[in-house]
Amino acid sequence: MKLYNQIVLASALALACVMTIASGQAHEITFGNLVIHHPWSRQSPMAADVAVGFMTITNNSKEDDRLVKVTSEISTTVQIHDMKMVGDVMKMEELPDGVIIPAGATVKLKPRALHIMFMGLKRQVVEGEEFSGSLTFEKAGTVTVDYEVAAPGGDMSDME
Amino acid sequence: MKHVRMIAAAAVSVALALGAVAWIGADLLRDKTSSSVFDIGGPFVLASARGGTVDSKTLAGQSYAVFFGFTHCPEVCPTTLYEMSNNLVSLGDAAEDFRVFFITVDPARDTLAVMKDYVSNFDPRIEALVPTDDQLKQLASEFRVYYARVPTSDGGYTMDHTATTFLFDRNGSFTGTLSYDEAAETKQAKLRKLLGR
Repeated sequence: MKLYNQIVLASALALACVMTIASGQAHEITFGNLVIHHPWSRQSPMAADVAVGFMTITNNSKEDDRLVKVTSEISTTVQIHDMKMVGDVMKMEELPDGVIIPAGATVKLKPRALHIMFMGLKRQVVEGEEFSGSLTFEKAGTVTVDYEVAAPGGDMSDME
Repeated sequence: MKHVRMIAAAAVSVALALGAVAWIGADLLRDKTSSSVFDIGGPFVLASARGGTVDSKTLAGQSYAVFFGFTHCPEVCPTTLYEMSNNLVSLGDAAEDFRVFFITVDPARDTLAVMKDYVSNFDPRIEALVPTDDQLKQLASEFRVYYARVPTSDGGYTMDHTATTFLFDRNGSFTGTLSYDEAAETKQAKLRKLLGR
């Protein structure tokens, strides 16, 4: 019976992984009261030292939470940045205190706005592959996510 | 009385005519001065990642575009260069001798070797140029380009910069810009117009 349970559990986990990573399909991770929709990145140009990450985070709890730390297997440093266009000038700002995910709200990290910056790339991020990383929330704790990599200049924000 | 009215009417007409002349004159003058407002760019001789230098004087007869950016740029720069690459391909023969210069605003990190590898991701008509700090200052003033280092918590920095692509015709005259936020079709239409096809 114990073995049977283990097999069921293992199969369920394997299926969950397959469903999560199935290429070209939106994936989401439910983590306590948080739902993380479709983390994705973009192929980084060869010789580039940076890559970007995007996702949508929904907080279903009654308390605000905050994304405070991000790590990844592909880079030595990860920061949370906000980008905006002020007239014709692209302005970039690091958010050292992270991003508040208000109670009952959804926060979207997307091109031309809030994004994750992978810096000090250990290798090129290539279209079609996946890489993993962690997100640490002040209250909910740490969760592992997989990023799907879009084409150069591609946009998967519709899938978030 | 009738006579007085006629004189008054004539005076008004003359005043209107004078006003019109002054108006048109002012307009013409304004046009003259506004062309200097749009006098963007200037001659440059810059080190190229292909080796040697690019001298803008040798570009006569070729239209070209200039974009300022840096390789540690997460979005605007690669997106602009990928879009430009796609446009160059779809413009086909019309863009055969069109030149695109990607000038770094971060020469401290973007050496010629780094820039060479970086632009190899894009259409071969895109050429990377690396100015010295002094050259960059002068270019920024001539192209009215803003750039500034923004420190990050890891002791490094990122750059704020103007994300406009500047277009020059076969005579080397500035003709307009591609703005980062414009629709892809608008950008392509502007390039078509520049290339005269």
